Amino acid sequence: MFAYYLQLGVRSLKRNPVLTALMVMAIGFGVAASMITYSVFRAVSGNPIPDKSSQLFVPQIDNWGPQQNEKGEPSGALSYIDAMAVMRAHQATRQTLLYPVMLSALPHDVNSIPVSINGYAVTGDFFSMFEVPFLYGNGWNANDDDRRAADVVLTEEFNQRMFGGANSVGREITLSGHDYRIVGVAKHWDPSPRFYAVWSDSAFQDPPDFYVLLNRMLDLKTDSSGRNSCRGNLTFTGWDEWLQSNCVWLMPWVELDTANDVARYHRFLEGYAADQQHVGRFAWPPNVRLRDVMAWLDQMNVVPPESRISMVVALCFFVICLVNTIGLLLAKFMRRAGEIGVRRALGATRREIYSQYLIEAAAVGLAGGGLGLLLTSIGMSGVGLLFNADIARLAHLDVSLVGLTLVVAILATVAAAFYPAWRAAQVQPAWQLKSN
Amino acid sequence: MSVHPMIAALRKHKAGVILIAMQIALTLAIVCNAIFIIYTRVDNVRRPSGLDEANLFLVTQQWVGAPSGDDPDSIAKLDALEREDLAALRAMPDVESVTPTNSVPLLNSSWTGSVALKPGSDLRGGTARTAFYFGDENELATLGVRLVAGRNFTAADVVNRAMRDQRQPSLVIVSKALGDKLFPKGDAVGKAVYFNGDTMPTTIVGEVERLQVPSTSSWSSGFFWDTTIAPIRLNANFSRYLIRTKPGRLEAAMRAVTPTLYKTNPMRVLDDDSVKSFADIRSDAYRADIGMAVLMGIVCLILLAVTAAGIVGLTSFWVGQRHRQIGVRRALGARKIDILHYFQLENLLIAGIGALIGIALAIGLNMVLIKNFEMSRMPIVYVLGGLVVVLLLGQAAVFVPARRASNVPPVVATRSV
Repeated sequence: MFAYYLQLGVRSLKRNPVLTALMVMAIGFGVAASMITYSVFRAVSGNPIPDKSSQLFVPQIDNWGPQQNEKGEPSGALSYIDAMAVMRAHQATRQTLLYPVMLSALPHDVNSIPVSINGYAVTGDFFSMFEVPFLYGNGWNANDDDRRAADVVLTEEFNQRMFGGANSVGREITLSGHDYRIVGVAKHWDPSPRFYAVWSDSAFQDPPDFYVLLNRMLDLKTDSSGRNSCRGNLTFTGWDEWLQSNCVWLMPWVELDTANDVARYHRFLEGYAADQQHVGRFAWPPNVRLRDVMAWLDQMNVVPPESRISMVVALCFFVICLVNTIGLLLAKFMRRAGEIGVRRALGATRREIYSQYLIEAAAVGLAGGGLGLLLTSIGMSGVGLLFNADIARLAHLDVSLVGLTLVVAILATVAAAFYPAWRAAQVQPAWQLKSN
Repeated sequence: MSVHPMIAALRKHKAGVILIAMQIALTLAIVCNAIFIIYTRVDNVRRPSGLDEANLFLVTQQWVGAPSGDDPDSIAKLDALEREDLAALRAMPDVESVTPTNSVPLLNSSWTGSVALKPGSDLRGGTARTAFYFGDENELATLGVRLVAGRNFTAADVVNRAMRDQRQPSLVIVSKALGDKLFPKGDAVGKAVYFNGDTMPTTIVGEVERLQVPSTSSWSSGFFWDTTIAPIRLNANFSRYLIRTKPGRLEAAMRAVTPTLYKTNPMRVLDDDSVKSFADIRSDAYRADIGMAVLMGIVCLILLAVTAAGIVGLTSFWVGQRHRQIGVRRALGARKIDILHYFQLENLLIAGIGALIGIALAIGLNMVLIKNFEMSRMPIVYVLGGLVVVLLLGQAAVFVPARRASNVPPVVATRSV
């Protein structure tokens, strides 16, 4: 019966071409607008490290105080003093500290023009904490951190540019005039949003070229190429004074496996802040936070407001399209009151009428979904209009989005048909037969 | 024509009436908020920067193997590299004026701080927030901003300083907006102010007509026109040069700049992103605003079309249903125009009810946007404008089926029963 009703439904699409076209267009536009905006939203609000996002935490310590912090919130990064203290205490299973750096390199393929490369100064646990996959070699360990070794891990893409993709582990590389030993080559790994550096960098920029040993970068007095935020009266005139200032620029991460560990670490942070108050460095009570990856991304407002607004508007638009569809379906079904009367008189139950018209609506939804799919694929190229290139390239039409478009179109149309189909099923056969 | 029988008739079509009214209400709510978003975004984009935008471009470059220390020797080396570049750029035939700079308006790379009338006031205690531009005696000429009071920097005023050196400048030029904020009497020139809570005074030597901050984000909207120019050449292992070309020579100068700099010193990074025209900086800064305005415009148009289509569809259905009644009315003496007016008035009634609900929804939606997206309150004129638009839309949409209804011949009344 289902197949037969579907066939009837498809045939009836042709019966009122204008009404049908209006409905298909309303659903097509509505679903396309929703899907385009959703594809962007999905890309920017996803979980970048699903299997570990609840074990990775950002410790925050307020070193600015209630007068100068951000509406009571501690800043999203640590000053050198606090960062080093937290690292030395080593209260977590694993912990890392990082900041973005920009260096230069001389690729072998191009005609010897230096290029700028972007990467992160990190400590050894970075690779194991964030599960960075390796193509060749490995990261370095805590001993190397302490030795302040000139170690570097290249990314697969950068290794391709510099060494043509060969196993470069053990070789030397010159970056910004200093020599480094390559200890590993990381496989393509680009969590999006780039949760570990969102405080400093755009969450969706191009993948980094390298990871370099943090202590080595500090020894070379390499500035952060990202954010550096200071408060109050600044008196420093050079690197060493800057390190001792209240400027925050180092991004810490800790791995904590159980709720107990989290509670214990939180107590540790409070204890540390209380000690600082005690010795007179902080003139305010402890103000610390410990957020996991998703809470952190939320706090950092990674989802651009444009993405939310456009999705809200698109959903409202879709609702209007559905209201429109209810009206048009009502008109379409009630025109056939006579036909329904005949079927009812010949013994069809209300239930049968109801299901027939729902299936007919599903046929309309399918056609609308098809149009929606077409419009979505066209609209994807327009995403770059609203979002910058880093975000626009994340939005794409994949199998799951195609499926979702069709399913949403059909379900929404069937839902819109509940009332019109119910009205159709209520048609009194006697009335219709009499007037004809 | 009396409204009473019309309302009685509408009672028979409750579902259709509710659907049309709902659609009108939602359309009104979205359209007036969308138009308000378009207006605010376009208003942002249209703010004049006060610069000679057509002839400006920016070069950002990095030296390879330059010293990274803070010792006087390293700083002297970095400054020599920078002055070498400046001399080479100034010698280019198409170039009018060059300044080293840390940022430019719309670049969204900011250096901000506080400014106070008393020594030792920190950021919160300061009188105003400001964004800093660091350049040399050519900064004003290169930007193309107009000095309205006091004097410009001379070459003797300009000092060089390491990036991390936080000592405050001894003299500055401020934007008129900042000068007036600090000294409401408009006599800022010659006065002393204190930057970033310092105890050493800085003298204001001049005022420029208008100069905006580098940021276009909402966090800077409170001090958007409050800027300070300091005569400092910043030394780091990278540098930025703002270049103003002779009129119409922008492209030629942009093509020639890379070879010129390489000729001066090949040990540097200059890639595709290094040379940027001001037009590109502007379009990057306002991409989201323009995109949002276009998106809202498209949504509005499609929305109005969908709503109109819905009204046409449902009214056509009603006309079909009432075919015989119309015939009877015509046979009883109603003129064509009476039938036309009936449908038009009916639509006005429904659309009016819908619009009343829509006004409430529109204000509600605006409040949601204010709460979640830092939008401002929508002036009532947008709601009234939206009201007129949806009522006109309803009338336009109903006209086609209503005309068809008015053309139903009276003879229909006599056919079948």
